[in-house]
Amino acid sequence: MELLATLIAIGLVLGAILTGCAYLILLERKLSAWMQDRIGPNRVGPFGLLQPLADGLKFIFKEEIVPGQVDRFLFVVAPCVSVFTSLLAFSVVPFGPVGTSASGFPDWLRFIIAPQVDIGLVFIFAITSLAVYGIIMGGWASNNKYSVLGAMRSSAQVVSYEIPLGLSVLGVALLSGSLNLEEIMNQQATAGILGWNIWVQPLACLIFFLSALAESNRLPFDLSECEQELVGGFHTEYSGMKFAMFFLGEYTHVVTISFLVSILYFGGWHFPWIATADSAFTGAWIVKIMVLMSKVLACIVFIMLLRWTLPRFRFDQLMGLAWKVLIPLAMANVVATMVVLQYGWSPAWLGLFSIGLFVAAGVISIEAGTTRRVTSH
Amino acid sequence: MSAQPSKNETASPPMSSDASPQPIGRDDVDWVSAPKIGFWEATFLPAIVQGLKTTIRHVIEHKPITQEFPEEKPDLPTTYRGVHRLNRDEQGRVKCVACFLCATACPAHCIEIVAAPSPLPDRDKFPEVFVIDELKCIGCGMCEEACPVDAIEMTSLYDIFGMTRQEMLYDREKLLSVYDETIKLEVDPVRTRRGELGPASGILSAPIHEPSEIAMPAPEPKQGR
Repeated sequence: MELLATLIAIGLVLGAILTGCAYLILLERKLSAWMQDRIGPNRVGPFGLLQPLADGLKFIFKEEIVPGQVDRFLFVVAPCVSVFTSLLAFSVVPFGPVGTSASGFPDWLRFIIAPQVDIGLVFIFAITSLAVYGIIMGGWASNNKYSVLGAMRSSAQVVSYEIPLGLSVLGVALLSGSLNLEEIMNQQATAGILGWNIWVQPLACLIFFLSALAESNRLPFDLSECEQELVGGFHTEYSGMKFAMFFLGEYTHVVTISFLVSILYFGGWHFPWIATADSAFTGAWIVKIMVLMSKVLACIVFIMLLRWTLPRFRFDQLMGLAWKVLIPLAMANVVATMVVLQYGWSPAWLGLFSIGLFVAAGVISIEAGTTRRVTSH
Repeated sequence: MSAQPSKNETASPPMSSDASPQPIGRDDVDWVSAPKIGFWEATFLPAIVQGLKTTIRHVIEHKPITQEFPEEKPDLPTTYRGVHRLNRDEQGRVKCVACFLCATACPAHCIEIVAAPSPLPDRDKFPEVFVIDELKCIGCGMCEEACPVDAIEMTSLYDIFGMTRQEMLYDREKLLSVYDETIKLEVDPVRTRRGELGPASGILSAPIHEPSEIAMPAPEPKQGR
């Protein structure tokens, strides 16, 4: 039964993610069109709803071009690594009510593939940072200077942003005393809306969101594939299904970070009055899943909005943001969390401290801005 | 050290263009420094919120400016320069007098004319061959400006196609058929100067019913000149 349930969960999640990603691409295309006063894809099916199907068919039936100068093995393996790592990271992410609060279910029915993984967060970061191998391998195997440049940029970027990403989650892990995502989610759910981690770790949430965005190579951090400078970056030489797999990997990454933001900072499936820890009406689990999915969708839409709002960073700005801004702020946040926990103060101080840190960062950057301009004269 | 506006006014007179460039005096330079950024600008938040407001406004008040092309045709201006046509006069004859002005004016050299003695009594020459390579044409409209008799005009037809390059060579008959099509649609009236043109056009429009007034001898077709 255990095995069967796991297999069903894997099939469900895989199918949901693949179709979800396909429709997210449609959503992104539609949203981009609306923002740019266009109409967007509307030819295939009603309102263009069958567009993902057409795209998928096109990708599958397209000729697989492997250029002559490439390293064949790495060239084929790279997109597989990209997809594999992004999908693997999802195995410890709960997508519904799990654990003790999911009352009314048989034990084997659960909304997570690998339940009770105590190193959940570490596992996710270990696996998602492997995705950079796909990019480096793709860029290197393409044997093309633009691809290599994109891959090099990407590796530097991902390695740099891994640090604030880990540091920002450390605060949450310290507060809940666990790295288990289910545990973190359930603690917030039982504590109510004021127990959401966003109130005590707002700055960490911001840092996590930014770093995760950089980690997934999305705009405004998509320097590894910026069209204006590098043609297509690491996937210049890729076409057909291999390109689609890189794309799929990127979108799965976006879905994963949206899940993580919702679970780590916004209480997972918890929402006051609709889905609380003690709501036991029939179909409560559906409501809980819907709540979690709405949060995730809101996060994804926000990422898409950001894409067309913010211009791309310059490479030195990108590195400066990671090393000069995000890492010190995340460190200070971790230290503050440890101090508060050590002396048993109210966690509410942490929220105030985060705001204080943010203000301090603003003030410092005014100073930094003026001094830089004076020296540049 | 931002410059005073008054300083700007009293700056030395601009260098004359023929003089060799001299080192510019310090007072002549308008020193500009980047404006100081405030606290909120340093946090980037207001700028991000402002940008998000713009993008969200476009999503919510969605007014697409694109057209669904095959179903919705664009509303073209009357001066649109699409495919060419050769105009006919009131009697349905080719207006062109094979003067080569259009072929001379054409910067892309896409017009090929072979003139022949005209069989008509009121003109010397007529185009035996008149071919426009629509693939070479850059749509500048100089041919219709050059034409003294309003014979060549650019229409508002834009969706022309051909499966081979040969098909895109528009010969005289095809250009005349373009005229027949577009004049039926009434979107393209004969527009250049409305018939009040040079001598040849005047001959064609006003005194057409009294050919005796025309001082031009009718050429005999076979003789040539």
